[in-house]
Amino acid sequence: MIAIPSIPGFLKEPNGPIGKPVNRVDGRKKVTGDAHYAAEFTLPDLAHGFIVSSAIARGRITRIDTAAALALPGVIHVFTHENRPSLAWFDRKWKDDDAPKGAPFRPLYDAEIHHALQPVALVIAESFELARYAARLVHIEYEAAPHQTDLRANRANSFTPGKDKGGFQPPPKPRGNPEQAFLDSPVQVDSEFTQAAEYHNPMEMHATTVLHHDDGTLTVHDKTQGAQNCHTYVCNVFGLAKSAVRVMSPFVGGAFGSGLRPQHQLFMAMLAATQLKRSVRVELSRPQMFSFGHRPETIQRVALGADRDGTLRALIHEAVQESSQHENYVEVVVNWSGQQYACDNVRLDYTLTRLDVHTPLDQRAPGAATGVPALEIAMDELAVKLGMDPLELRLKNYAETDPNTGNPFSSKELRACFRHGAERFGWARRNPAPRSMREGRELIGWGMAAGVWDAMQGQAAAKAVLGVDGKLVVSSATADIGTGTYTVMTQIAADGLGLPVEEVTFCLGDSSLPTAPIEGGSWTVSTVGSAVKAVCDRVRSQLVTLAGKLDDSPLKGVAEEDILFADGHLIVRDDRSRRLSITDVMRGSGTLSIEEEARALPYLLARARHTFATHSAVFVEVRVDEDLGTIRVARVVSAIAAGRIINPKTARSQIQGAVVWGIGMGLEEEAFTDHRLGRVMNHDYAEYHVPVNADVPEIDVLFVEEHDDMVNALGAKGVGEIGIVGVPAAIANAIHHATGVRVRDFPITLDKVLAGLR
Amino acid sequence: MRSFTYARAGSAADAVGRAGATGMAFVAGGTNLLDLMKADVLRPEGLVDISRLPLDRIEETADGGLRLGALARNADTAYDDRVQTRYPMLSMAILAGASAQLRNMATNGGNLLQRTRCYYFYDTATPCNKREPGSGCGAIGGVNRIHAILGASDRCIAVHPSDLCVALAALDAVVQVTGPEGERSIPFAEFHRLPGDRPEIDTTLQPGDLVTSIDLPAKGFAEHSTYLKIRDRASYAFALVSVAAGLEMDGGTVREARLALGGVAHKPWRDPEAEAALVGKPATPDSFRAAARVLLRDAKGHEHNSFKIDLAERAIVRALTDAAERKGAPRP
Repeated sequence: MIAIPSIPGFLKEPNGPIGKPVNRVDGRKKVTGDAHYAAEFTLPDLAHGFIVSSAIARGRITRIDTAAALALPGVIHVFTHENRPSLAWFDRKWKDDDAPKGAPFRPLYDAEIHHALQPVALVIAESFELARYAARLVHIEYEAAPHQTDLRANRANSFTPGKDKGGFQPPPKPRGNPEQAFLDSPVQVDSEFTQAAEYHNPMEMHATTVLHHDDGTLTVHDKTQGAQNCHTYVCNVFGLAKSAVRVMSPFVGGAFGSGLRPQHQLFMAMLAATQLKRSVRVELSRPQMFSFGHRPETIQRVALGADRDGTLRALIHEAVQESSQHENYVEVVVNWSGQQYACDNVRLDYTLTRLDVHTPLDQRAPGAATGVPALEIAMDELAVKLGMDPLELRLKNYAETDPNTGNPFSSKELRACFRHGAERFGWARRNPAPRSMREGRELIGWGMAAGVWDAMQGQAAAKAVLGVDGKLVVSSATADIGTGTYTVMTQIAADGLGLPVEEVTFCLGDSSLPTAPIEGGSWTVSTVGSAVKAVCDRVRSQLVTLAGKLDDSPLKGVAEEDILFADGHLIVRDDRSRRLSITDVMRGSGTLSIEEEARALPYLLARARHTFATHSAVFVEVRVDEDLGTIRVARVVSAIAAGRIINPKTARSQIQGAVVWGIGMGLEEEAFTDHRLGRVMNHDYAEYHVPVNADVPEIDVLFVEEHDDMVNALGAKGVGEIGIVGVPAAIANAIHHATGVRVRDFPITLDKVLAGLR
Repeated sequence: MRSFTYARAGSAADAVGRAGATGMAFVAGGTNLLDLMKADVLRPEGLVDISRLPLDRIEETADGGLRLGALARNADTAYDDRVQTRYPMLSMAILAGASAQLRNMATNGGNLLQRTRCYYFYDTATPCNKREPGSGCGAIGGVNRIHAILGASDRCIAVHPSDLCVALAALDAVVQVTGPEGERSIPFAEFHRLPGDRPEIDTTLQPGDLVTSIDLPAKGFAEHSTYLKIRDRASYAFALVSVAAGLEMDGGTVREARLALGGVAHKPWRDPEAEAALVGKPATPDSFRAAARVLLRDAKGHEHNSFKIDLAERAIVRALTDAAERKGAPRP
């Protein structure tokens, strides 16, 4: 038996703000410059820091000479491993909520160099320009040691990690006899794929401003996806009382995962502020944004065996990724392949290779954005070999239950994504033969792919304060990295109490607010939204109780479930003339404000017995110049199944942004490492390419109906990651359809297509 | 950034006088120089601001050509009616480069003097003979997707990043310079130089030399010309290979040809033999391919950029085909 959780108050008022395309509540602040980011806060006497980055990839510092830097008037101090204060001893004190197994990197810890661009000194000066100049005068001598940064050259030294990071399970044990089943299959595909290392490259570079107050307390404005995660980190590392520090991140200029862990600029700014007892700002330069956290380079093999009717007989997916020497960053990559298609003989293998690099870091749809495209290209190759429509092949092997666990899905409307997406795109008109469509010199290709991401939920708390004026303030220490958290939480709260969204304020990005986990993995609507709903339900109960006690109350004796909240009123469901305004209830009962706090947990029993996932179907048209190999994406249709969509406007923006990044993954993004130097060389926006407007065509986003009463009280799954997952594969498949050239190495730059066209 | 002196030049002569001292640099639009100073790649001791000198006009010349002021903005040049009508390949080339914001700031003279975009030139922790003579070339044996296939040396395989200069090379422009020794004219082909054993020197300008204008001859190949730029994304990227092509046609036969390539060498690349190979030939892909092979006969690739040789051949054929068919729309 599957436990169906009882869901109190599931969308009591269908005409409320949930599901409406509400404009961003913070939009005005953002476009008028009134939204302030971490590097924009200041106090008089603010000092400025600039980080010195290592010139080598591995070895040790034999000498640091700071005399020339310190001799400049206005230079205050230079911090190095030689003069840093004693800090926390144990690794656990340096851990954060997203730390994988291992020993976290400690800036300025000792003379050892572990990776290129490692921060090795911090110059503090009276101005940014001076600090930057002085940083160049810090003379450092190194004793270089041999380094390894080349995954391909070192893949033989890989090992199988365990459950080394939250949110990721090791691959399931093999099922059936995949090797034999593959050999016995009449139709086979066996391909190798590579994914280049990618950097997050948010527009806003990582920055921290520590404001040092007269009473010795610190307000830390940090670029982070978890104010409380950073709060715990700095208190642990610097041995500070929790009450002495407050971390704020009300606005974040993009993060994509890069703000999930405390980054070294936070450490550096804290170090300087606590030692100098001054306010300090440290902001990374664009090249220094390549000094931490990236989507790891990956080499994969996918082998598929099928019967001639397309039935999958064997599925083998192996992946090897890079991690650092000191931590086991895992994103598992292969697990979705065992979940996406019904197949009895499956082997999923995932290994890591240690390189002399900084630890990789979750980047939009970590693991899935790398692994699913490999599977989805292999499926396209199989469809070509079978002479079968790629969409038909996917429907033929549709997984009704999760093959990895045998559990049902809480909901899965992937079929609807296929149907509606194909219809919108015009897939039925596709001629399956490669090179069958052209216009002038351009070959036209249509490709598709499916996508999947987990619908996770954590624990969070929220606080609500309803004033006698009918205005509601709800808060939780989550983040809005441009995703729309402010707006959707406002909608959920407004919906809960039947208030117009204008009467509701949502506060986030402040470590002093009720507990919320780091904001990532598409779990914030589920996690924090559930807490917001829960706390509003409590306020609601209080109002009903107060209303029932008023003299001559039209609501006297009416049960809570028979009362609607709408237009700022409590209304009897069956007799709408019987109503009281919220403000009348509060005034009448002499209540100045109602304060509640609530914590929401996932439905653990339901979660143990179901698989929770979002799904997508992506359809892409590419145009490839037959002579020059230049590729452009001409059209994208992305059909998404993600439960209830709280705000179709912000959700559409999420998917569109993810598709843009999918175009980047597919065609452009790649960090070039010079393995002799162990250093990424294209460390700026000019040479590390992300899509520009001219690369982005019309992106048509569809949300299919998906009812899910197990995922959470809102029925919403979150849309932050799912938009990117299928896109690179759909592009690769479209390029094959256009040209007959199969490229399995991302990004697909024109030279790779030309090599096939020759 | 490092401290530097700043002086605003009152006249061209004043500018030349001030810039003769060592360590001085002219600044106009500043779109490249200031970035390089912030990155500590260039360390001038002083800047002479020439941006207010009256060198920003675009004027007719006596011989029927056009004089582009050194301080005329790239955008104003690209959108000038006379440029668009008489030298469409030049307008196309400018608009293929940078971004609208940069083109609004950048001057024509500055465009000629922009530095390479080689990764190693920009990263002061790595060797680069152009930035620090004698330190070695990081790109040889390193990351070299965007590097030269023609005219490189064992000291440097960087490429010149300009689009505008590729068209100027094809058009046989002349750079007018005033300097400590007076005024002189430098044919465009002699303005930029190959790296050889002195890759730190990009041009034949002498200390104190000020570019005052770029003169276009009357012949603009307006009927049959184009600028083709191939890059890794649709906009805001430097050329992997670019081609400025101009043809004078006699029916279906080529009477005169101009062909300049960008993204392949330390300077805009022209090859008289390749152009000669086109003269008198029918305007067909075969003739164009034959000329391309002449031009690329000594091309040499590195680990990541060998594809450019094949790509350049294809680009030349395409550009000449478009020029012959007059696909290069005069107005963007």
